[in-house]
Amino acid sequence: MKRKMPGGWLVLLLGALYFLVPLLGTFEFSLRYRREGYSVEAYRIVLADPRFQATFGYSTILALCTIVVGVLLVVPTAYWIQLKLPKLRPLVEFVTLLPLVIPAIVLVFGYLRMYNSSSWIPLTGSERTTDLLLTCSYVALALPYMYRAVDTGLRAIDVRTLTEAAQSLGASWATILARVILPNVRVAVLSGAFLTFAIVIGEFTMASLLDRPAFGPYLQLIGANRAYEPSALAIITFAITWACMGLIQLSGRRAGGPPPVGAR
Amino acid sequence: MPSSVLRTTATTGLPPPSRISWAWVGVVPFFVFALMFLILPTSFLAIGAFQDAAGRLTLQNVLDLFQPTILASYAISLKVSGASAIGGALLGFFLAYAAIAGGLPQWVRPTLLTFSGVASNFAGVPLAFAFLATLGRTGLVTAFLIQAFGFNLYRAGFNLLSFWGLALTYMYFQIPLMVLIMAPAIDGLRREWREAAQNLGASAWEYWRYVALPVLWPSLLGTTLLLFANAFGAIATAYALTGSSLNIVTILLYAQIRGDVLHNQNLGYALALGMILITGLSNTAYIGLRGRAERWLR
Repeated sequence: MKRKMPGGWLVLLLGALYFLVPLLGTFEFSLRYRREGYSVEAYRIVLADPRFQATFGYSTILALCTIVVGVLLVVPTAYWIQLKLPKLRPLVEFVTLLPLVIPAIVLVFGYLRMYNSSSWIPLTGSERTTDLLLTCSYVALALPYMYRAVDTGLRAIDVRTLTEAAQSLGASWATILARVILPNVRVAVLSGAFLTFAIVIGEFTMASLLDRPAFGPYLQLIGANRAYEPSALAIITFAITWACMGLIQLSGRRAGGPPPVGAR
Repeated sequence: MPSSVLRTTATTGLPPPSRISWAWVGVVPFFVFALMFLILPTSFLAIGAFQDAAGRLTLQNVLDLFQPTILASYAISLKVSGASAIGGALLGFFLAYAAIAGGLPQWVRPTLLTFSGVASNFAGVPLAFAFLATLGRTGLVTAFLIQAFGFNLYRAGFNLLSFWGLALTYMYFQIPLMVLIMAPAIDGLRREWREAAQNLGASAWEYWRYVALPVLWPSLLGTTLLLFANAFGAIATAYALTGSSLNIVTILLYAQIRGDVLHNQNLGYALALGMILITGLSNTAYIGLRGRAERWLR
């Protein structure tokens, strides 16, 4: 197929314009803080803002917790389905797709009604338990991506032989999972983890409705009240997203999984 | 496929039944999680949609959805999602096709796919900031057009905080998503098919009409529906961009959760139920069409 598509370059050029101009515009805007000329003043102000540091730190910790809980939930389940219960695979896959079907705002609406302070499980009663609820809601949001990544990783290795070899050496289930299976799907788990991080770090809806001091609601607050700082924040967030995707590419090009999509 | 062979030998060669009956224990944590954080909260809303404040069964909430303000917010959401999905699907497809099969240099394809991975995740509040800085009243492009051509976008009727502005902004994550999902489908169009069609005397149009499109349409339509559902459930970008001046249904629901603006909790549940129905239907269709599309991929 040596035939060239006539408008190939034109389409690519238009695409590049659409995608690069907003980035350029944001970057240019973020440098306009001082009247006399370009400066990085907006970045300096943002990075020195204690609320930036607090909310960014909070969201980072929450993202790490989400990754740990997500891995603990997904890896044993996907492993067990592959090894012992292949018949349940369609059901489990369907469940992992539910977060794509149910909008995040609807999910968190349900949580607020089910786990309010006068319910059986009053998770929204205190700050610590709300953090737990928010972590679980992020695990739910990231479930489609984490599960697909891990499942693809598990399909690429011979789970049964590895398990039997470990068992014949006297390993317990916990040892098999932690020291045989997990290291073998490390690349898949890492790509799921970076994607989870990219989704969680700027998430707005759930954090805002559960009233936790996360980075997403902070971004919104700054956007509503300041002129140049939001652009600086957008550039910083874009750099973080880029770093996460870059790390996924680096950690293994063959990890597979569905196309990465964040929470809107 | 070796893995399926393995699995069949596995099912026949399993240990005695007494051990199989305990195997389900291993997936209990997963299903407890799914119940607690996906299924029960959604069911709670779905049931609440059919109850009145005293808990009696009623259809009144669903009927109450058909009042002008709520219908208008569903309508604007459907319009924004539809426009950004169709626009994103068309442009994303052309972009992916140009990069993969358009005879462009080798480096274009991996660059486009990597960038799409990033851009499809660059959504939410920061995306709104980026478009405000670009196409807002003092944005780079707005200012450039005035200085270079004396053309004022906003006098010409454009407004970023409107239906078209929001659709244009959503396309920033819709187009890359389309590129990422369509790339494997375009890879699946084998060179032999085009060559065979050409040998038989087919024109480019006939190749597309009788070979390429029949193979691609389930992916095209399915992915468009996925993009639609993706935009329909979105809120952060719209909220940061327009505040509450553009009353899409997610923003109405956000206000309802915050402060019961509809003055009826159960009507809020019905509002949520309507959203689940719409995203559920388009996602179900997407999954069905994806199944059809995969027949042609090795």
